[in-house]
Amino acid sequence: MREHAYLRPSDPAQAVAAVTADPDASFLAGGTNLVDHLKLGIAAPGLLVDVRHLPLDAVEETDDGLRVGANVLNSDLAADRAVRERWPVVSRALLAGASGQIRNQATTAGNLLQRTRCVYFQDRTTPCNKRDPGSGCSADDDRAYGRYNAVLGASDQCVAVHPSDLAVALVACDAVVQVLGEAGSRELPLEDLHRLPGAEPHRDTTLAHGELITGVVLPRSVTSARSTYVKVRDRASFAFALVSVAAGIDLHPGTGTVRDVRLAWGGVAHRPWRARAAEDALRGAALSESTIRSAVAAELEQARPAPGAAYKLAMLRNATVLALSRLVPALAVDLDRPEEDR
Amino acid sequence: MDTFPSANVDLTVDGITHRIAVDPRTTLLDALRERLGHASPKKGCDHGQCGSCTVLLDGRRHLTCLALALSYDGAEITTAAGLGAEGMHPVQQAFLDHDGYQCGYCTPGQVCSAVGMLDEAAQGQPSHVTEDLSRPTTLEDLTDAEIRERMSGNLCRCGAYVGILDAIREAAGG
Repeated sequence: MREHAYLRPSDPAQAVAAVTADPDASFLAGGTNLVDHLKLGIAAPGLLVDVRHLPLDAVEETDDGLRVGANVLNSDLAADRAVRERWPVVSRALLAGASGQIRNQATTAGNLLQRTRCVYFQDRTTPCNKRDPGSGCSADDDRAYGRYNAVLGASDQCVAVHPSDLAVALVACDAVVQVLGEAGSRELPLEDLHRLPGAEPHRDTTLAHGELITGVVLPRSVTSARSTYVKVRDRASFAFALVSVAAGIDLHPGTGTVRDVRLAWGGVAHRPWRARAAEDALRGAALSESTIRSAVAAELEQARPAPGAAYKLAMLRNATVLALSRLVPALAVDLDRPEEDR
Repeated sequence: MDTFPSANVDLTVDGITHRIAVDPRTTLLDALRERLGHASPKKGCDHGQCGSCTVLLDGRRHLTCLALALSYDGAEITTAAGLGAEGMHPVQQAFLDHDGYQCGYCTPGQVCSAVGMLDEAAQGQPSHVTEDLSRPTTLEDLTDAEIRERMSGNLCRCGAYVGILDAIREAAGG
């Protein structure tokens, strides 16, 4: 591990100033990802600016929703009564991630800023454009371990996926991120926080160096109140998503048709994937397994899976059906039947 | 606001407060084991994947391998040894009674994790397998599936899970 200095600022503005002034500095929050990267040599900052102690740990009701401080722990947010009742997808996503110990340590903002678990990004002995720009992509090769690769929005530079469950849920809730920078504070939709890799895969987010996430705002909505999260992974617990689905729905009380819907997918792209084409196809439709499958197919017209990750498309179709069927029990589905027989 | 090339950190471990000067790279686990001589938190994977370094930190179960000691200045830590300092803790006794271990390396982490987990459940925290999020959970809700899910951050390479599950079920009152 490279030697580094350690700084514990007493307010967010000091933290922002310290990191902004030093290109070699990094914020440190819960540390569950960054401290691992320090050990692995994936990150080697010369200065760690510890923001874990900043007073950004409140969950506050506002007129139109909930404001969650950047330092609210994953376990506390998952257990928050308001979140469980009005944004259950957020609770479900958090509880589907990591372990009890890690959720007691990881913060809201840190969860959003965790880095990909692409096996080549995490292996310093292999080329990786995200870790070492210009060195090449080891994952984009038919001989590579490509099961985790992106199927949507990848570039010839990077096929990594974003690992956060929380981010996927927040995108489905139309959440807003509050950011503090040297020029002052700003807000941006959670959906605009993460980016596609393009020619700059080393940039996970749209934040500038030194910008600090101070909180996340959850607006109240019918689709967030009736929402859930389905995560498919290699083992039953404590594993990252192969694919995941955050879903919220509002049905017309009279006709039962879809008045509004939110769908976001995890494990499939460099950022949480808001499935807008699928949402558009479902809005106004009578909800059935076949309308859901058609809607997912509309979204997946953009998919470009490598052979090793092509399984994710069928998994997405089934997981999306499963998520919506959990929200609408009248929607009878039999996922044990082979997909080609449907 | 200070920059520390190396700095003092106060850690209260099993009731005794220590002040040590540490290199900023020192993890909490290395501070506990190598500097303060507390051997019950174990270094298993050292990457947050096995849970053998789990302690209770300010009352909650917490890894010590993915934590820099300087970040935890002033923390109160209870290790598995501390839990048993005044006679066997009920969770430790249950592990003994149900053969909840084989080689024992993961056991201190398992015990601390179980104590923290039971407290979380008693405080109403849900888990991934909790069906109904609308009401707080209680210890009575700890089915085998709940216990398995909530303990998934602690691996046992000997595979003593059957005994561990029996021990925690008994400690939960089930």
